[in-house]
Amino acid sequence: MAKVDILDRAAGEELPDPMEMPALCPGAMAQSNPYLAQPAHNEALGFPGELIEDWHDVAIAKMGELLGKYRSLKVYLDSCVKCGACTDKCQYFLGTGDPKNMPVARQDLLRKVYRRHFTLAGKFFPKLVGAEDLTKEVLDDWYSYFHQCSQCRRCSVYCPYGIDTAEISMAAREIMDSIGIGQKYCNEIIGKVHKIGNNLGLPKPALASTLEDLEEEVYDDTGVKVRFPLDEPGAEILLVTPSADFFAEPHIDGLIGYAKVMHEAGVKWTLSSYASEAANFGMFIGSYEQMRQVAQRIRKAALDLGVKRIVVGECGHAWRVAYSFWNTLAGPWDFLDPNYPVPQHICEFTYDLIQKGKLNFDKSQNDHMTLTFHDSCNVARASRMGDMPGGQFEIPRAVIKAVCNNYVDMAEDTIREATFCCGGGGGLLSDEIIDIRKKGAQPRMRALRQVVEEHGVTHMAAICAICKAQFTKVLPEFDFARDTIVSVHQLVSNAIILTPGPDDDEDEDDDAPDGAPETEDDED
Amino acid sequence: MSRPHLRPDGPPGATDTLVRGETYVLTTVYALVFYVATALLVGGLAFRVWQYATTPAPLKIPTTPAPTTRTGVWFRMAREVVLFQSLFKSNKWIWLFGYLFHGALALVLLRHVRYFQEPVWTVITLIQPFGKYAGFAMIAGLGGLWARRLLVPRIRYITNPSDHLMLGLLVAIGLSGLGMKFLAHTDIVAVKAFFLGLMRFNPQPLPADPALLIHLGLVAALMIVFPFSKLLHAPGVFFSPTRNQVDNPRERRHVAKWATARYESGK
Ligand code: HEM
Ligand code: SF4
Ligand code: SF4
Repeated sequence: MAKVDILDRAAGEELPDPMEMPALCPGAMAQSNPYLAQPAHNEALGFPGELIEDWHDVAIAKMGELLGKYRSLKVYLDSCVKCGACTDKCQYFLGTGDPKNMPVARQDLLRKVYRRHFTLAGKFFPKLVGAEDLTKEVLDDWYSYFHQCSQCRRCSVYCPYGIDTAEISMAAREIMDSIGIGQKYCNEIIGKVHKIGNNLGLPKPALASTLEDLEEEVYDDTGVKVRFPLDEPGAEILLVTPSADFFAEPHIDGLIGYAKVMHEAGVKWTLSSYASEAANFGMFIGSYEQMRQVAQRIRKAALDLGVKRIVVGECGHAWRVAYSFWNTLAGPWDFLDPNYPVPQHICEFTYDLIQKGKLNFDKSQNDHMTLTFHDSCNVARASRMGDMPGGQFEIPRAVIKAVCNNYVDMAEDTIREATFCCGGGGGLLSDEIIDIRKKGAQPRMRALRQVVEEHGVTHMAAICAICKAQFTKVLPEFDFARDTIVSVHQLVSNAIILTPGPDDDEDEDDDAPDGAPETEDDED
Repeated sequence: MSRPHLRPDGPPGATDTLVRGETYVLTTVYALVFYVATALLVGGLAFRVWQYATTPAPLKIPTTPAPTTRTGVWFRMAREVVLFQSLFKSNKWIWLFGYLFHGALALVLLRHVRYFQEPVWTVITLIQPFGKYAGFAMIAGLGGLWARRLLVPRIRYITNPSDHLMLGLLVAIGLSGLGMKFLAHTDIVAVKAFFLGLMRFNPQPLPADPALLIHLGLVAALMIVFPFSKLLHAPGVFFSPTRNQVDNPRERRHVAKWATARYESGK
């Protein structure tokens, strides 16, 4: 397999270390800019369409507003001692060598303006403390470098004060949105969620026909009728999953896995066409308001369908929003069954059934693979599963080990809380910035190469729609096969032994119209 | 400088009423400087702490894995403040130098408590012998940090002049202090009288010893810049939401006042 590191290695050289320190290359990534949102994308979210005339003053006022609303921002802008501990912790720095991708330097892009306008030292001795006015050049730097941060929080693990550059990036993006500098990828997608219910703009008929196809496919494969219900009132469980699960590979194999687990659990469950998206890009642009609106759709769907539980599919940032923020943004969830966690991760759901002995597996079905697991950053560092801190690491691994015989972890300093971002998180999963995505993926790819060469690993499992889409795209750049990346519930799906249900011979319900339109967009 | 030292416990008649001339000016200036510095330090820090405490943290953002109980958070915070746990995970060199500096600084500060109380607590007396050498450790730690700042390109890149100045200030305080301890002794009985006097709003004459004047002047400068500089990391660490929040968002609803006012007041 892979011998060449396309980024900076000649063939035949020894295995590169994922942590290898690049030489500083100032300005290397200054030209990396995602597409600007068009006026319509911005206006749909209530932001000015284009850069406004008095952008400087509005930006400073917005910064002041955010400083009063977010303790994190205020404390983090004040507290950094420039110790340098975080400088080598960001995958985008490791991959590019651009010093502005060092977490502290990224923060400093905002901090220098904060100091100039909000601190005495910066007002009177700007040169001394590195304070600067907000010029057009600084704004350009903001746009470039705050879109080279996937808000993965790796830096916050290592900072002695827990300074979280993600908080700074979110604030910066919120300020930029407020003056009409939006990022197309995120803002367009959020607009689609408001209008249609999911990131892909997949309307109900398309969704219904996809699900119907899946039912047939699984029936053909297994002879068991596993249902993929949509908008079924009276269901006990609402499953909210990233819309990529409805069509992308290997996501869809994960969705099949969820359905099979639900089938074996014998619970009535449903998807919702109104809340057909677990992803919440409101977080990426730092907007409480947008994040709240998107989260409220799930509350409404749960109420309308009268469900008792909510389960969330495999997606990293979505799980962060669901686990950490849903209660705040769309709670209280007092109408749901308090005997189950609200919300519950699909891995928790499956793990629980495994613990109770309710699922039967033929692990040999996965014997053609040797697995490793990529901890997705938002799951690892911004959420939890189960009752114990660190359950977010152990539960997915326990699920994998319950269905696979061959499992090996990657190097200790690249997994669990130290995990790298896939390179495409935080709203960076857009094709025009594939360069930074590739470079940001480099540390993970190197860690993968180590276990491939040393332990014969063949596949890497993940529980995040963005990770899966990103790896599918960048794996070939590192000489791996695209399908090296798999869904955790794809492995479950391979191994699970299905019990034929009473409705296996029946042919009923689902009145989805055929000829559903194609998805209008290929964004992930 | 030719004037004899005036000390409260000196010969009869040499009481505070005799403070005059150069010593009078000097004492007055330093007394005022320390009153102002103390007021700025205390007031400034109190203001910051008030600001941090009253700025809401609208979302749950602990860096996980995080403790699931308040008690757990106390322990996490204690590990950060006492052991620099995250820094240890991060970079052993910075941890070593940083720990050396802060540990020594803590000892040195404790040792200085004896200038502010009469009688002196036993603990303070007990640490004197260690505190005496802590000054060297402090300088060594600061030297290590400064060397990294100059030699490691990544850290040099993020350094502003104020970062050098801060290190310089602390090193100068340390060196002038060590100078008085090991080279040119100063009249510490008078120094103590001066500070006790300050605390009782009855200033006593300050010895006009150059090392002492430099040392005290720099300390006053440090006190003044404290609430306006990166030294805010000391109170800041306690208010860092990624470190001080309990990981229980599913169990407990967490909403900021501004969010309630904005979105839920009608409910
Ligand atoms: C709660 C108390 C404190 C904690 C937990 C704390 C912690 C830290 C840590 C972890 C660092 C980074 C590592 C390093 O560079 O040493 C640091 C840096 C620093 N601290 Fe503190 N500190 C505290 C109080 C203080 C005080 C009272 C002072 C000063 C008088 C101080 C002065 C400094 C300076 C100057 C630096 C930067 C060193 C450099 O430039 O590299 N700290 N502190
Ligand atoms: S949050 Fe992640 S991507 Fe952003 S600066 Fe920190 S380590 Fe880099
Ligand atoms: S580790 Fe924290 S305090 Fe140190 S330079 Fe980075 S952000 Fe600043």
